[in-house]
Amino acid sequence: MLKASPTWGRILIIVGLAVGAFASPAQARDQIKIVGSSTVFPFSTAVAEKFARSYRKFKAPVVESTGSGGGLKLFCAGLGVRHPDITNASRRIKTSEIKRCAKNGVTKIIEIKIGYDGIVLANSKKSAQMKISLRHLYLALAKVVPEGGKEGGKLVPNPYKRWSQIDPSLPNVRIEVLGPPPTSGTRDAFVELAMENGCKTFAHLNAIKKREGKRKFKAVCHGIREDGHWIDAGENDNLIVQKLEANPNAFGVFGYGFLDQNDDKVQGAIVGGTSPTFENIAAQKYPVSRSMYFYVKKAHVGRIPGIKEYLAEFTSEKAWGPDGYLGEKGLIPMPKAERARFRNAGKKLQTLRD
Amino acid sequence: MNNDQPAISIADTVAKGLRRRRAAEIRLRIYGIAAISFVLMALVVLLGSIVSKGISAFQQTHIAVLVNFDREKIDPAGSGKIEDLRRGDYDGIARNSMRAAFPGVSGRRNRRALGKMISSGAGDQLREMVMANPNLIGTRQRVWLLASDEIDMLNKGYARRKPDGSATKVSRRQVAWYDALVVKGAVERHLNWRFLTGGDSREPEQAGVWAAVVGSALTMIITLMLAFPLGVAAAIYLQEFAPKNRWTDIIEVNINNLAAVPSIVFGLLGLTVILGFFGLPRSTPLVGGIVLALMTLPTVIIASRAALMSVPPSIREAARGLGASSSQVVFHHVLPLAMPGIMTGTIIGMARALGETAPLLMIGMVAFIVDVPSKFEDAATVLPVQIYLWADSPERGFVEKTAAATMILLVFLLAMNAAAILLRKKFERKW
Repeated sequence: MLKASPTWGRILIIVGLAVGAFASPAQARDQIKIVGSSTVFPFSTAVAEKFARSYRKFKAPVVESTGSGGGLKLFCAGLGVRHPDITNASRRIKTSEIKRCAKNGVTKIIEIKIGYDGIVLANSKKSAQMKISLRHLYLALAKVVPEGGKEGGKLVPNPYKRWSQIDPSLPNVRIEVLGPPPTSGTRDAFVELAMENGCKTFAHLNAIKKREGKRKFKAVCHGIREDGHWIDAGENDNLIVQKLEANPNAFGVFGYGFLDQNDDKVQGAIVGGTSPTFENIAAQKYPVSRSMYFYVKKAHVGRIPGIKEYLAEFTSEKAWGPDGYLGEKGLIPMPKAERARFRNAGKKLQTLRD
Repeated sequence: MNNDQPAISIADTVAKGLRRRRAAEIRLRIYGIAAISFVLMALVVLLGSIVSKGISAFQQTHIAVLVNFDREKIDPAGSGKIEDLRRGDYDGIARNSMRAAFPGVSGRRNRRALGKMISSGAGDQLREMVMANPNLIGTRQRVWLLASDEIDMLNKGYARRKPDGSATKVSRRQVAWYDALVVKGAVERHLNWRFLTGGDSREPEQAGVWAAVVGSALTMIITLMLAFPLGVAAAIYLQEFAPKNRWTDIIEVNINNLAAVPSIVFGLLGLTVILGFFGLPRSTPLVGGIVLALMTLPTVIIASRAALMSVPPSIREAARGLGASSSQVVFHHVLPLAMPGIMTGTIIGMARALGETAPLLMIGMVAFIVDVPSKFEDAATVLPVQIYLWADSPERGFVEKTAAATMILLVFLLAMNAAAILLRKKFERKW
């Protein structure tokens, strides 16, 4: 019955051809594959592009934004062309991740620190600039706070509706903060650097870690309120900037790069007495700043063309130096000695634990 | 008895009711017109905002300067070989030509600021010129160099001028130099070829949409090649040949459910099965096309079955009456008549696939890719992903690029629909 018509045959041939493509084996790769943090993504892509321009013989690396944790998971899945060569991270690799890597045969990992990033609390320039301490920031945004905001207070659900209720020096407007969702590395860093340190200023909360364990401490100090005063605004920081412009009473939490690009529209709050400027973050005076890294598989160097050259491009002064093109993208460079150290590590392919 | 009374009262009631019914009729029409005008207005606002934001991206600001194609800088060894010419210091030449235009500028900081007015791609522009015509070396030419994105924003009026003489991301000195260039007539906006023919870039003034267009096209080809034949074959079997029993019922329910499964689930399937088990390369149109085909398949099957069902039974009976076999009935008579409906269904499915980003996230197509793909196994991205990536970039220049890429996506979609309509017109038969 089926043989009666030539059309069936034709359809089968087309399907067969399409399915045949399935069977083609994974070929050798001539292109670097990079995964990892969305915070490092703008820097990594800028280097990838310059690298492709300077070395015509190499194809431009493919850079994927998967988040720090997601990137390290892919990175540690194994060696070979099917796995990425480099992963970006907006935090240091964890011991558990090094172990997982080792289990899958990824033992020689080169670590390169690339610079710093600050996380800012910003509002529209139409309103006054905010001055806030980490302690007050914690009280404004935590899920549970000590009663009355006092030392030794019993933990209660966050009662503060207006900034001025926390401290009269703060503006008398509703607490409304737009920030990154829990999946974001920026959120992780904000929670660890701002919330946790603010939380630790209460001696009895700081004591929880020793007395009741890390888990309980995290539940208290890392919880962000969910009653509408903190709004998860998605990963799109441009959108947050637009919303801040429309609503002068709202604040936003995002990376320094966006503040730098939009300094005609928004201003960063002075946190703990330090304003989020290039100089303050570079000197690590600004409290809410973090280091950024990328990790390279040593076993892939020489197998995948261009990794050494990519490393050299990233660690060159014209890229990550004080006047480098990454600075224009919002990267805050490391001090000279540190740059030299990591450039050297890249050149010598020094691995972790070497 | 009184026979007239009821007759009059019926006419009265009818007359009274008639007005009410007419009013209801008119109201219904007004509601309809209101609904349509609301939808039209929404469409106009949407298109208007996209076009008004994006139209400026098709032009890019250029600065005219006298460029000295210095032999010392391009070919210091004097070999004249094309590979050596490629490695010349073209960025330096571009910077020097800006300095020559403002001879009074001194100091490292000022010179840097002056150099920042032209794009970092200006050097590449000069390199391409020399590659195309090595005779330029040693001559002086007036060249329109690509301006930096900050100057471009200033030129297009997106950067606000501040009272102190500076503007967003442009210093006071740079604004003064820019104004001087404008007076000399050395600032112009030219058609942005790079945007239409190039790949992605981290610099808004050098970013192009072509790599994403090609990526979308390659992905759609794979999707169509898989979803259309498989979908039509499945629909024909289920509709025309399969016995009606519990198994076919289960299959039917499952197909209908699959059509409603969120697209990210297909991405997960692609990640574990196609990348994990089959080991196909990540970030490629091949894998993206397969995932989107799986997503589109149920839509194609359902639409094809509906189209086959709507072919009148008399056609089948007449063909049988003339001695046609079952497959002849289907392929010679039923399928050609159902083709327009099948194509409509396919194009709806394809249009949805064209706009998808969620499943592609899982298989690594949400990535920064500079090179324009040429094969199904090359790393590639697609238009909606490109739009998403640009919308997420901090540089102001990407705002207009985002809107312009949306326009391109709409044009792509319209072209696809137009092709489907043309084909449908060709196949359409009346009975």
